[in-house]
Amino acid sequence: MPNMSKVKTPMPEQDPNVRNKNFEEVSLGYTEEMAAEEAKRCLNCKNKPCVSGCPVGVRIPEFISCVASGDMENAYRIIKTTNSLPAVCGRVCPQESQCEQKCVRGIKGEPVGIGRLERYVADWHMKHGGAETFEGKPNGHKVAVIGAGPAGLTCAGDLAALGYSVTVFEALHTAGGVLMYGIPQFRLPKEIVQKEIDGLRDKGVDIQTDMVMGKVLSVDELFEMGYEAVFIGTGAGLPSFMNIPGEELVGTYSANEFLTRVNLMKAYLDEYDTPIIRPKNVAVVGGGNVAMDAARTAKRLGAENVYIVYRRAEEQMPARKEEIHHAKEEGILFNLLRNPVAIHGDENGRVRSIECIEMELGEPDASGRRKPVPKEGSNFEIPVDCVVMAIGNSPNPLIRSTTEGLEANRKGCIVVDEATMATTREGVYAAGDAVSGAATVILAMGGGKEAARSIDQYIRSKADKAK
Amino acid sequence: MFTIVEKRILNDSMTLMAVEAPYIAKKAKAGQFIILRVNEFGERIPLTVADYDREKGTITIIYQKVGKTTLMLDQLNVGDAILDFIGPLGKATELGGYKNVAVIGGGAGCAIAYPQAKALHGMGAKVDMIAGFRNQDIIILEDEMKAVSDHLILTTDDGSNGNKGFVTDALRKNIEDGANYDLVIAIGPLVMMRAVCNLTKEYNIKTLISMNPIMIDGTGMCGGCRLTVGGKTKFACVDGPDFDGHEVDFDEAIKRSRTYSESEKEATREYNCRLMEGAKNA
Repeated sequence: MPNMSKVKTPMPEQDPNVRNKNFEEVSLGYTEEMAAEEAKRCLNCKNKPCVSGCPVGVRIPEFISCVASGDMENAYRIIKTTNSLPAVCGRVCPQESQCEQKCVRGIKGEPVGIGRLERYVADWHMKHGGAETFEGKPNGHKVAVIGAGPAGLTCAGDLAALGYSVTVFEALHTAGGVLMYGIPQFRLPKEIVQKEIDGLRDKGVDIQTDMVMGKVLSVDELFEMGYEAVFIGTGAGLPSFMNIPGEELVGTYSANEFLTRVNLMKAYLDEYDTPIIRPKNVAVVGGGNVAMDAARTAKRLGAENVYIVYRRAEEQMPARKEEIHHAKEEGILFNLLRNPVAIHGDENGRVRSIECIEMELGEPDASGRRKPVPKEGSNFEIPVDCVVMAIGNSPNPLIRSTTEGLEANRKGCIVVDEATMATTREGVYAAGDAVSGAATVILAMGGGKEAARSIDQYIRSKADKAK
Repeated sequence: MFTIVEKRILNDSMTLMAVEAPYIAKKAKAGQFIILRVNEFGERIPLTVADYDREKGTITIIYQKVGKTTLMLDQLNVGDAILDFIGPLGKATELGGYKNVAVIGGGAGCAIAYPQAKALHGMGAKVDMIAGFRNQDIIILEDEMKAVSDHLILTTDDGSNGNKGFVTDALRKNIEDGANYDLVIAIGPLVMMRAVCNLTKEYNIKTLISMNPIMIDGTGMCGGCRLTVGGKTKFACVDGPDFDGHEVDFDEAIKRSRTYSESEKEATREYNCRLMEGAKNA
């Protein structure tokens, strides 16, 4: 009998007033009973609309019926056939606009908690499952992957499974990309990312950290070294600023710097040397997930007042509903329809306040959202000692500026054939934020998968011709 | 892991290390830098490449023991390894086409000015080097600097080497005596570089400086190293570290350099205490 409850089985969470003072995970995860109960809400539709909403095509009804019958190992195996990072995706995918949006149960109530079930299965496997075995037979071909973020790791995992010898080059000292430096511990524990990465290493993927590609080795040199194809997944790691007066003041951070200091460099733990300003009053500028992450992080570092300053209304915020909800529960203050015009400093060059102007919504702009228009003379100041700019990132130019024949568009995004992820340079493929500009983990993974498929075809057809 | 193959104490506060980093050694050029992290709990700090040996696969760094990270680094010896060593970062200095150059180093900055002078000298330019130190006891690289310059002037703030004065005094004298520089390179503390730039502006001599602001990744990702140059925001890690000194907003750079000075002092004090404890217990 299916469970006909109109609402999802609730997810246990830390109390908001407790969790906003610690870096432990906010959502605690389902118990076995909760998972089984939620799994029984799945109707096992024949046409599987949910699968079409997933960028990597996770076989959703199949794995969920295994959860319902208590066969977790099989559920895990099914997910892993298409998704190499389930514990990550179960936590940070925007399911509400992907798989769950298409769920039939969502028509008259809440959709099945697909993300929560995926997370449960992945966590169960980490706790109970053994090491994954390497299935691909070595095929004697070498591929280089630049960037150990979600796109690169997925591409590497898929190629390794096909028998390729894969080397991943990462610029930072730790693999994981935005999963390590960007998304906070309380939303995605780093141990989980680390386990996924260890799993790839077990599969035979060679991950070399501390390698700034484009500087230490060029794409051309990789080909000279015998790599037959190169995948670029360098992400969107170039922070945007507003170009307003005062952004140079001490206490103004890009979200990248603020989050990297805390997440990758563990500034919140005493035993690490990473310094960070522990602000009393903080303004975070922006309305996306990164802005929510920065605001909630500032609160956990001990800030009394944390303001989100966003130029449109809540309905237009690009952040996930769940993140906005969590932020509000934790006491983040929302200053909507407000836009910064200047940051003011004290005599030592430190941030003293942020000056904003009120906005109203006019006609829709190119993004389809109503364009915010400033209200003349409505300026006001919020006293803050720290400002975090979370208004977006563009692709890092290091690789494209040192690789001949690699075309990029006006925004710096690498141009690819969308069906194959092939760049304008033979044998070079790209995906993730380096191609799309800042987007989601799962889209990056989808692109990485597509690229792995194309790279396999490319190398095999080349080998066939050589015969 | 990156093994230390040479360690040479230059003076009480400065040490030279050659580190095995073959990939970086293949590519490094004068003006570029590396970022290192001593151990898992350490900070990532940028240090300029003082020299490289493409055949041996080593990178030479020279550091001044000023904070906890450099003190920790100094505890390591030949055979020990540094956990992370990343580079070569930043743009190499464009040195081609100059005939008559003054290369100025201030204190530890001489370690960065030296490879520039060496490169220029190797390209056939006439190089005057001016190196300033607080006192005679902390002079470093004297023989090396002499070897790569046509003329080396050493000044000390207190006159203990017999030549009292600042680098700007020596530079002004050279210019007034008719040295016809087509480029001045100044590397050292921000206040020194600012003083040199103010002077060369009077004479309208192109001046390059090397900035070393706070940074994390060194690839343009964090934006922490931003500077205002000619009214525009630049990132020292990817747009620099060299900039036209007449365009740099020094006041702002000096303020930003003090962002963590309090917590750094605290960390260094604690670390020094622990070192002393260790010494007592040993």
